[in-house]
Amino acid sequence: MFDELLLTVLLTSIPLILAATGELVVERSGVLNLGVEGMMLMGAVAAFGAASLFGSPYIGILSGGVAGMFVAAIFSLFVLGLATNQVATGLALTIFGTGLSGLIGAPLVGQAIEGLPALHLPILSGLPFIGVFFQLDILAYGAIVIVGLTSFFLMRSRPGLILRSVGINHDSAHALGYNVLRVRLYAILFGGFMAGLAGAYLPLVLTPHWAEGMTAGRGWIALALVVFASWQPWRVTIGAVLFGGVTIMQLAGQARGWPIPAQFLSMLPYLATIIVLVTIASRGHIALGAPAHLGKSFFITR
Amino acid sequence: MKRMLTALGALLTTAVMSISAAQADKLKVGFVYLTNPGDHGWTYAHEVGRQQLQSHFGDKIETTYVENVPEGPDAARVIRELVAQGNKVIFTTSFGYMEPTLKVAKEYPDVMFDHITGYKRATNMATGNIRFYEGRYVQGVVAGLTTKSNTIGYLAAFPIPEVIQGINAFARGLRSVNKDASIKVVWVNSWYDPVKEADAAKVLIAEGADVLAQHTDSPAMLQTAEKAGVKGFGQSSDMHKFAPKAQLFSSVNNWGPYYISQVQKVMDGTWSTGDGPDHWAGNTWKGIGDDYLVLTEFKNMPAEVAAKAEAARSGIASGSLNIFEGPMKDNKGNMVLEAGKVLDDGGLWGMNYYVEGVEGNIPN
Repeated sequence: MFDELLLTVLLTSIPLILAATGELVVERSGVLNLGVEGMMLMGAVAAFGAASLFGSPYIGILSGGVAGMFVAAIFSLFVLGLATNQVATGLALTIFGTGLSGLIGAPLVGQAIEGLPALHLPILSGLPFIGVFFQLDILAYGAIVIVGLTSFFLMRSRPGLILRSVGINHDSAHALGYNVLRVRLYAILFGGFMAGLAGAYLPLVLTPHWAEGMTAGRGWIALALVVFASWQPWRVTIGAVLFGGVTIMQLAGQARGWPIPAQFLSMLPYLATIIVLVTIASRGHIALGAPAHLGKSFFITR
Repeated sequence: MKRMLTALGALLTTAVMSISAAQADKLKVGFVYLTNPGDHGWTYAHEVGRQQLQSHFGDKIETTYVENVPEGPDAARVIRELVAQGNKVIFTTSFGYMEPTLKVAKEYPDVMFDHITGYKRATNMATGNIRFYEGRYVQGVVAGLTTKSNTIGYLAAFPIPEVIQGINAFARGLRSVNKDASIKVVWVNSWYDPVKEADAAKVLIAEGADVLAQHTDSPAMLQTAEKAGVKGFGQSSDMHKFAPKAQLFSSVNNWGPYYISQVQKVMDGTWSTGDGPDHWAGNTWKGIGDDYLVLTEFKNMPAEVAAKAEAARSGIASGSLNIFEGPMKDNKGNMVLEAGKVLDDGGLWGMNYYVEGVEGNIPN
């Protein structure tokens, strides 16, 4: 019984891990993309549509990522090409993605697909307690691998160092001869791909049908998680699992008849996010690792 | 060039006028939807009803709908827009539209408003509802005969009277056939959040539930049940194709007959909500007996269970079976209805307790 709950917590956390890791890389390069929710929805509808059309959830995964990347490309056209305000553009992207995914998804409503199968790793999945960690699907395993690779890339590799330096001070990076806009473009496209994968996870694994607006705010939670993690990849994973844990525990608490009002339990994940945001805000911005040029547009001056 | 434009303008004006002349004798009927017809639940059922209405009257009426209208003050704007478009009958299809509908109804006394599932009426505002709880009693009977773990999982949206009625009716049905089974209720605080509904279903299965019921709108719970190999009931519409092995049956809201009878009354000039201050005559609340609630085929269960379900269904339809008939105790053991008494409609709307068979307390 505990195993099943733990598995549910893990599955609920996967889309958050994917989307937040993507957004973390984007923000590390100095770009704030508030369009995660919109990119996730586009990823979800593309993944479901492709999986339904070709009968393969694996093609669905890829389509979801590509659709997220496509929306991110539109975002980069504005914030990099035209140096528009990143906050406003990101919000517009969310509204755009929500509307467009609803339009594309209208004929898909009411269809059912075969979701991604769970891959039980031999021997390991039979272990008591930790066995559930080896009963996930390919996208969930992939998410953990991606977090590892992203962490290595950002913190241990030279291109990662360049990406971080662009986020800390784009003028200095430019003076050193790095192509700021190109670095940011790659980061934004990666973020879009990851948000698309996160969206794809909903109709491919969590609930195998398409529903308009099915992300229900998970894109915003992913954004908050990046701050919660103070821009560190591994902390994103911990934050996502904590968040998933509180979400599931409030449901389990009701089923077990804990004498706590359901509304209070439903509020807990959001309360936790607010507390973290307040703590971080009161302890200073840069001290906690926020990229100094986060959200600032770059103009080539010389 | 200028002359050409003038000519074109004149032509367009004539065209528009002739169109409106052609439509003038058509009765325009507007609908306000909570989500989109693609929810395959609540709004979908209303959309089916609208289509039945349209095909019943054919050319005599013109129907339109506005989807994804949030409950609350903003709905008033949408309702006014429908009035401005010339709709003479307007159905607002969710509980949360009650106040906005009442407000707009007072502004336009010559338009007839019909609010679904509410309790406030006016001279030009009627209310319509389905006795959803009747279907849930039959669900309870089937659940009681199907469960092995004697634990039933129940996903609920918000603690409003309609939902409480449903839970209690389910428990009455459950306990009528199985004294040991009980219901675990999980509130998801949303009518429609597929991922959360799926999460809640997984949690209930992990807690030992092997039959799931829902008072939320998406097919997510049934899909989860299908995957986990447990059983469940669909909501508002037939969700069989989402869960061919898991769906026992679904209570389908059949709004068509209500819409047709209301519009017929408007055409005949007999539409009225009565003279009393509460306008009780404008209230319609019917169920299985009038085909306002239709149960889909009983599947994935042995024939003797299906026979018991059918017996309960026809008992409710004929009126020989009273769901809330004393003796009835709440889940704390207090007698809420003496033997021989039957709960009236006022008692149904005033339910603020769980009956025997439900675990826990109603959230405030």
